[in-house]
Amino acid sequence: MSALTETPTATRTAKRARSNNPAPKVAKESPLSRIGAMTVMLVFTLYFLIPIWWLFIAGTKSSAQFTSTNPLWFADFNLFANIGNLVAYRDGVFLKWMLNSALYAGAGALLATLFAGMAGYALAKYRFPGRELLFNIVLGGVLVPATALALPLFLIFSQVSLTNTFWAVFLPSLVSPFGVYLTRIFAAASVPDELIEAARLDGAGEVRTFFTVSVKLMFPALVTVFLFQFVAIWNNFFLPLIMLRDETLFPVTLGLYAWNSQVNQIPELRGYVLIGALLSIIPLIILFLLLQRFWRNGLGAGSVK
Amino acid sequence: MSAPALPVADARSAARRSPAARPRKIKVAHPRAIAIFIVPFAVLFTLFYLIPIGYAIYQSLLVVERDGTFGKATQVFGGLTQYIAVFQNGPFWESIGRVLAFGVVQVPVMLGLALLFALLLDSPLLRGKRFFRLAFFVPYAVPGVIAAIMWGFLYSPNLSPFTALTSNVSFLSADLVLWAIANVVTWVYVGYNMLIIYSALLAIPTEIYEAARLDGAGQLRIAWSIKIPLIMPAIVLTGIFSIIGTLQLLAEPQVFRTFSSAVTSTFTPNLMVYSTSSIPNVSLAAAFSVVLALATFVLSFSFLKFTQRKEGK
Repeated sequence: MSALTETPTATRTAKRARSNNPAPKVAKESPLSRIGAMTVMLVFTLYFLIPIWWLFIAGTKSSAQFTSTNPLWFADFNLFANIGNLVAYRDGVFLKWMLNSALYAGAGALLATLFAGMAGYALAKYRFPGRELLFNIVLGGVLVPATALALPLFLIFSQVSLTNTFWAVFLPSLVSPFGVYLTRIFAAASVPDELIEAARLDGAGEVRTFFTVSVKLMFPALVTVFLFQFVAIWNNFFLPLIMLRDETLFPVTLGLYAWNSQVNQIPELRGYVLIGALLSIIPLIILFLLLQRFWRNGLGAGSVK
Repeated sequence: MSAPALPVADARSAARRSPAARPRKIKVAHPRAIAIFIVPFAVLFTLFYLIPIGYAIYQSLLVVERDGTFGKATQVFGGLTQYIAVFQNGPFWESIGRVLAFGVVQVPVMLGLALLFALLLDSPLLRGKRFFRLAFFVPYAVPGVIAAIMWGFLYSPNLSPFTALTSNVSFLSADLVLWAIANVVTWVYVGYNMLIIYSALLAIPTEIYEAARLDGAGQLRIAWSIKIPLIMPAIVLTGIFSIIGTLQLLAEPQVFRTFSSAVTSTFTPNLMVYSTSSIPNVSLAAAFSVVLALATFVLSFSFLKFTQRKEGK
């Protein structure tokens, strides 16, 4: 747990100290194992990045050049023309999908993090009857995969005529049992009781203490929960697939899936699918880069303890 | 689902610590604040987790009855009729067998790679660790549907950049398509699992290695005898999430149906649920869901027990 609160820089310098400052008699790593290790990593870097590189290159080409030129290198640079065409296609339905995804994932993850953080905090910091039972039920929820819930959710939503609405996809994504688990462990370790006690003596209410003091201390865990919930919602496929018929409500994954399944009938869609796929992964990559400092440390919290 | 698996250990020991026979009436401090913190989550959890699970079980106990061939259809209680249908359903068990075969191969390969990369990142053998860590994690930002679409093109015999390979080996044929999908899943999740294991490695105090190094132990020996045993909980965690994910496979095979006729509407258990519910035969689909959820639970739980027993030795 202690590593979680360390800043990445501290960790890194500690590690550097470890490797640069060996005790006198310790054997140096042989150059052979260094070369071996680098080779393995470089080969797999190609494996991980070439598909994305290919997608980027494909996005810069006109459809004529897509098949006729080297798939891994640039031809005429048509990226912006392609994006323009995609955005104009069918009254900008692609942009609508991107906005839908941003709304489902952004607002959904934000609220899910808030609710999970409050519940996890209460489970860690207050004693009340039924506390352990509640926590155990929530933990059982961690093991229930979202896809297993999609069908029963559809049946229930159709009883109240809410299928094929924004809410059908949005509401179920507000629940994150894993978030409760993570924030509970993190709050227990990082929010000292003395601090809450001090806030009480200052006359702050419990809820205010949570939002002004405790949230700051729990921040790495909260960012991690947000990020994972965001990814889970952004990538979610089954729930929108069975809930939604109206394509203006689609998230971008479902929209691109729908286009891709029509490629055989409407070949022009192929280009749109490729450039759309490229654009759809950019927001997540940006989010990961912006929040790296947090998820790098928070990620292990669930397993380390 | 009342017996959760992995993190239970600490909850259970906490329960043991507090005496079971507590005085009946204890005064709870700050009941209002607790309610404000707990109620929003509890309500949503009940509405969108507990009730659906209960409803799926209820729905799976119903059968459709008609008055005559064209009469009005009504749902009546049918006991375990749907479950008998599930157990007699050949394609369903074939799909279970398929994802199990998939998991037996794909999960160890993926976690083995993730462990190897995490250990290399944690060893003094590498330069440019920041770069590798990011590069390997980037595929996790690609949604399963998009990854499947992308690889679908990469596998195709004429559009792929590797036509030399793909025109000779048909990755989308009935024999290989399952493993082509396994590659997509591996590509997306190796980096994610690598990071979970890596952050467990970072949490090991470095002093532990000093003694071993003074004794002349090499990196391999340190990794095998010290690091791996210490990060076992993280590896078990990734294992459980991977098993759950495997049994729930849906997006990737659904996308691959466009690229390959070998992927049928009954290819994985979840595709089965989807196609059965759109017939529509919701009761049978609900029974499939319940059996699948139970199978997932049993499998991840026994995996946990199995690994715990091994560790205990």
